[in-house]
Amino acid sequence: MTVNLTLLLVMGCLYAAGIYLLLERSLTRVVLGLTMLTNATNILLLATGGPAGLAPIFNKDLAADAYNDPLPQAFILTSIVISFSVTAFMLGIIYRSWILSRQDEVQDDIEDRRVASQSSFDAEDDADVPEDTTEFTPPEEAEEAPGSQRGNTANEPEATR
Amino acid sequence: MLFVLTVLFAVALAAPLLFRRVGRSAFYILAAFPAAAFVWLMATFPRYTGADQTLASGAPNAPPSVTIAWIPDLRVELAFRLDTLSAVLSILILGVGALVLFYCARYFRPNDPKMGSFGAQLLAFAAAMFGLVTADDLILLFIFWELTTILSYLLIGYSAHRLSARRAALQALIVTTFGGLAMLVGMIVLGTVAGTYRISEIMAMAPELAASGTLVNVAIALLLVGAVSKSALFPFHFWLPAAMAAPTPVSAYLHAAAMVKAGIYLIARLAPGFSETLLWHPIVLVLGLATMLLGGWRALRQFDVKLILAYGTVSQLGFLTLVVGLGSREAAVAGLGLLLAHGFFKATLFLVVGIIDHQAGTRDIRKLSGIYRTAPKLAVVAVIGAASMAGVPPLLGYVAKESVYETFVHYGEQQGSFAAWLLLAGVVTGSILTFAYSARFVWGAFAVKEGCTATPFKSVSWSFLAAPAVLAAATVVFGLWPSPLDSVIASYADLFPAEGKPTHLALWHGLTPALGLTVLTLGIGAVLFLMRRRVESFQSSVASPIDAERTYRGSIGVLDDVAVWVTGRTQRGSLTFYLFVILSMAIVTPLTALILRSAPMPQDFRWFDNPLQAVIGAGVVLGAVAAARATKRFLAVLMVSVSGYGIALIFALQGAPDLALTQMLVETIVLVAFVLALRSLPARLWKREPKRHRTLRALLGIAFGASMVVFAMTAMASRVAAPVSLDFPPLAYEGGGGSNIVNVTLVDIRAWDTFGEITVLAIAATGLASLIFVRGRVDKRRRAEGVATGSVDRGREQFAPTGRRQATLALARKFSSVGRDAWLVAGRTLAPERRSIIFEVITRLLFHSVMLFSVYLLIAGHNAPGGGFAGGLMAGLALTIRYLAGGRFELAEASPVSAGTLLGGGLGVIALSAAAPLFFGGQILQSAILKFTWPVFGEVKFVTSTIFDIGVYLVVVGLVLDVLRTLGSEIDERSEGDADDEDGTDNDSIVEEPQIPDIATSPAPGSRPEEEEVAR
Repeated sequence: MTVNLTLLLVMGCLYAAGIYLLLERSLTRVVLGLTMLTNATNILLLATGGPAGLAPIFNKDLAADAYNDPLPQAFILTSIVISFSVTAFMLGIIYRSWILSRQDEVQDDIEDRRVASQSSFDAEDDADVPEDTTEFTPPEEAEEAPGSQRGNTANEPEATR
Repeated sequence: MLFVLTVLFAVALAAPLLFRRVGRSAFYILAAFPAAAFVWLMATFPRYTGADQTLASGAPNAPPSVTIAWIPDLRVELAFRLDTLSAVLSILILGVGALVLFYCARYFRPNDPKMGSFGAQLLAFAAAMFGLVTADDLILLFIFWELTTILSYLLIGYSAHRLSARRAALQALIVTTFGGLAMLVGMIVLGTVAGTYRISEIMAMAPELAASGTLVNVAIALLLVGAVSKSALFPFHFWLPAAMAAPTPVSAYLHAAAMVKAGIYLIARLAPGFSETLLWHPIVLVLGLATMLLGGWRALRQFDVKLILAYGTVSQLGFLTLVVGLGSREAAVAGLGLLLAHGFFKATLFLVVGIIDHQAGTRDIRKLSGIYRTAPKLAVVAVIGAASMAGVPPLLGYVAKESVYETFVHYGEQQGSFAAWLLLAGVVTGSILTFAYSARFVWGAFAVKEGCTATPFKSVSWSFLAAPAVLAAATVVFGLWPSPLDSVIASYADLFPAEGKPTHLALWHGLTPALGLTVLTLGIGAVLFLMRRRVESFQSSVASPIDAERTYRGSIGVLDDVAVWVTGRTQRGSLTFYLFVILSMAIVTPLTALILRSAPMPQDFRWFDNPLQAVIGAGVVLGAVAAARATKRFLAVLMVSVSGYGIALIFALQGAPDLALTQMLVETIVLVAFVLALRSLPARLWKREPKRHRTLRALLGIAFGASMVVFAMTAMASRVAAPVSLDFPPLAYEGGGGSNIVNVTLVDIRAWDTFGEITVLAIAATGLASLIFVRGRVDKRRRAEGVATGSVDRGREQFAPTGRRQATLALARKFSSVGRDAWLVAGRTLAPERRSIIFEVITRLLFHSVMLFSVYLLIAGHNAPGGGFAGGLMAGLALTIRYLAGGRFELAEASPVSAGTLLGGGLGVIALSAAAPLFFGGQILQSAILKFTWPVFGEVKFVTSTIFDIGVYLVVVGLVLDVLRTLGSEIDERSEGDADDEDGTDNDSIVEEPQIPDIATSPAPGSRPEEEEVAR
C-alpha cells in the first residue's frame, strides 16, 4: 500500500514530543506527554487505514474499499475515550499529590535506594541459633534476640516481626 | 479409601472448633478417626494383599481403585489405588498417626492457645500422607507430596517464638521443595514419555520405558532427587536434625514414621520397574550408604537425646534407601520389614524422649541421671525400642536386619564384585554404629551418671505412656511372630523376579553368615559404646571436611548477595531511569529484528492525501513542539489542545466523521478538566528549569519518533492480505442493521471490546472520585435550596490590594440582581462577581438543545455519524456548560441522577443487553432487528444493539459528571475553605451547611437573615 508521508511525519513528531515530555519530572508534563503519545498512536492507526476515503456510512452502490477503513476508526474511537478517562484519572493524581505534599514532581523512591545499599545480612536468616534442649521453657524465657553475638542487629526486638 | 481421605481432611478442618469447645481432650476425638480408618484398613487388608498387584485398575482381581476425571486435557486425574505397598505404608500412617494424636492429649499444656491449629495440621498431615501413598497419578502424588511439605513447615514452626523453629521450618521447606520441583520435572518427563500419568500404567510398561534411553534415565534421576531430599539423605540430610525444633510428637510422626518415609515409598514404588536404569544404583546405593555412615557417626557425638535419635533416623533412612532401592525380591522383603520395624521403634523412642522432656524439662544427657529408677516402665519401653533399633534378638528390628544381612551376603556372592562386598561391609559398619548410638541413647537418657544429681522426674501417667508402649509391644510381637508381616510383604516382593528359593522374615534362619555378622555387630558396637569418651574426643578433634548445612547457608547467602546486587542495579527508584531503559529497548529490539530479517520497505509514497492535510499537519506539529517548550502550565495544556484539535481536523479530512466529532468533544472536555484540576498549582511548571539530560531526552524522543515512522512503514509494506474490514460494510448493514459501519463495529461486531472499554471508563471514574473525595463517592445530591444567595466562591477579592478593583467589586455587587433567577436554577448561589449574565442566558438557551441533540446523536448514531460515545460526550459538554455558568450547585441541580448511578446503571444496561439474547436462544451480545409500526412514526426499525449503545451513553455521561464533580465542585469547595483559612474573617458570609452531607437537617433558608443582608 502507498504510504502517506505527512501522516507518518506528524506521528513521528508527536511521538518525539510525547516521549520528551514523558521523561520529565513534572507530573503535568508527564500527563501531557501521555496525551500526545495517544494522539500519535491514533494517527498511526489512521495511517494503516489507507488513503482518505468516504465516511464509512453504508451505501449499497459503493464498493467496500471506497470507504476509509472502518476498523482502525473503531479502534481510534475506543482509544480516544479511554485516554480521556485515563487523563482524568491522572489529573486526580496530580491534584492529590499537590494537596498532600505540594509536589508536582515524580520523586525518586528512597526505599529503593535503601534496598540497594543494604547488607545482605538478615538476623532472621543468618544469626546463630542458640541450642535448646527442651521444649518446655516458658515462652517469655525462650524469647531470644537473634544474632546476639553480632552487634547492633541483636538489639532489634523480635516483636517487630 | 476416598471416603477415609475426605473424612480425615474434613475433621482436620473442623478441629480448631473442637479444641475451642473440648480443650486438650479433643486430641482423643481426633485420634479416633485415624484409629477407625486403621481398623477399616485391617479389616479389609486381604483385599489389598490378595489382589494381583500388576493388574490394571478396574480388572477383576486388581487392587481396589477409584478414578475421577479431573483435567482431561492434561491427562491428569484423581486416581487412587490401594495395593500392598500402599497398605503397608498406611499401617504406619494411620496406626502411628492415631497413637501420636492420642499421646498429644497428655503432651501439651491444657490451655495451649495454638493447640487447635496444631491438631488440625497434624490430622491434615495424616490425611495428606494417606493420599500420597494411595495416589495412582503422578501429578496427584506430587500435590499430596507438597501438601505434606507445607504441613511439615507449619508443624516444625509450631514454636514460632523461637528462632531455631522458624529457621528449621523454612530450611526444611526450601530443601524439600527444591527436591519436589526436581521431582515434578521428572514426573512430567516420565508422564510425557509414557503418555500417561497413571502410576500403575507406567509401572506396567516399565520395561519398555526403562529401555527407551536417556530421557527416562534423567526423569528417574530427577524423581530420585525428590525422594532423596524428602527422606533427608546426604547431601540434604541436615534439615532433619534441625527439624527437631518441632514438638516431639511431630518428630515422632513426621520425622520418623511417616513423612520421611515418603521418599522411601517412592523408591519402593519405582524399584520393581526402574532399578536397572542407568543412574538408579549410583544414586541410591552411594547416597544411601554415605548417609547411613554419616548419620551413625554423627549420632555418637550428640548430647541431646533427641538429636541422637535424629541423626539415627538420618542413618536409618540411608539404610532403608539402600535396601529398598537394591531392586531384588530378597531386598524388597528385607526393606519393607525394616520400614515397618523402623516406624515402630523410632516412633516409640521419640515418644519416650517427649515424655522425658515433658517430665524432666531437659533432654541433655549431661543433665539427665537416674531416670530408670524413677520411671522403670518408661525405661523398659525405651530399652525395647532401642534394642530393636540396635538389632538385638528377638525383636522386629533384629528380624529385619538379619534378612538385610542375608540379602547383601547373597548380593555379594552373586555379583562377586568388590563394590558388592564393600556394600556389605558398609552396611555392617553402619549397623555397628547403630548399636553404639542406641546404647548411647539408653545410657544417656536413663543411666545414673557420676557427678550428676538424680534428675527430678514427675511420675508418668498410663495414658501418656500408652502410645509408646503399644508400639513397643508391636515390636516384640512381630519380632517373635513375623510370619503375618512376611506373608503381607510377599505380595509386594513378588513384583520382582524370583531368584532361587524365596526368602522370608524369620527369627531363626540357622547358622548363616548373616548370624555371624550380627554377632560381630553386637560385639564391636558394644566396644564402641564402652569407648564412648574416646570416640567423642576423637570426633571433636577431627573437623568434618564437608558441612552440608554450612554449604546450604553459604549458598543461600550467595543468593541473598546476588539478589541485593541485582536489585540495586535494576531497581534504582528513578522513574526516568526505568523509562529510559524501557524505551531504549523498545527502539533497539525491533530495529535489530528489522535489520536482521531485512524487512520490506514501501515503494509507493505520497506526500499527502490533499494539501489541506499537510497544512493542518504542520499546525499539529507546531502545537506539539510549543507544548514541549512551554514553561507555563496552562500554555503547555493549551498547546496540546491545539494539536488535539488539529488531529480532529485530520480525522475529518480522512473520512472519519465519528472520530472527528468525538475528538473535538473530548478535546474540549479534557481542556476544561485540565484547567479545573491544575488551577491550584503554580502557574510556572518549574521553580527552576531542569536542564539535566535535556539533550539525552530530546535525542531519545527523536529516536523513538523516527523508529516509529520506520516501523509503521515496514508494517504497511508488509501487508499481503486484503484487510479484514472489507467485509465490514455488508456485515454491518445486513447483520448489524445499521449504516454507520464504525458504530455497528463498536456496538455489535466488536462489542466485547467496547464492553471492556466501558468497564475501564467506570473504573477510571471511580478511581478519580476516590482520589478526590477520599472517603466515598458522595453521590448524595446537594440541592441549591439551602444555600444562601451569593455565598459561593465569595472570596479574596474583597481584600484585593488596589482600591480600584475593590470599587469595581462593590459596584458589581450593588448592581447584581439576585432577586431574579430567571436563567439558571442555582445561579443566584454564586457570588455576584462570579456571575455572567450573558453566559447564563446562553447556557439557558443552549442546555436543553444540546441535551436533545445528544440523544439524537445516540439514537441516530446507528445510521449516521454519532453513537453512544459522541452522544454521551455531548451531554457531558452540556453539563460542563451548566457547571461553568452556575457553579457547583447548578451542576448538582442539572444532574438529578448521581454519577455513580449513571456508571452502574450503564454497566448494568450493557450487561443485561449482552446477556438477554441467551434467553431467546441466541448468543451473548447477539443483536436482533425489530420492525414494527407506530401510530405517528409509521414503520420503525429498531436494532437491539441500540440498547447497548444507551449503556455506553450512560457510562460516558457518568464519567464526565464525575470529572466535573471531582475536579470541579469538590476542588471549588476545598479551595474556598482554604481562602477562609487564609483570611479568617469572612466566615459569616459563607454558609457551612453544604459541607455537611445531610442537608435535610440544616436550617431552612432565611433562618439567618443577617447573612442575606450581608450578601446584598
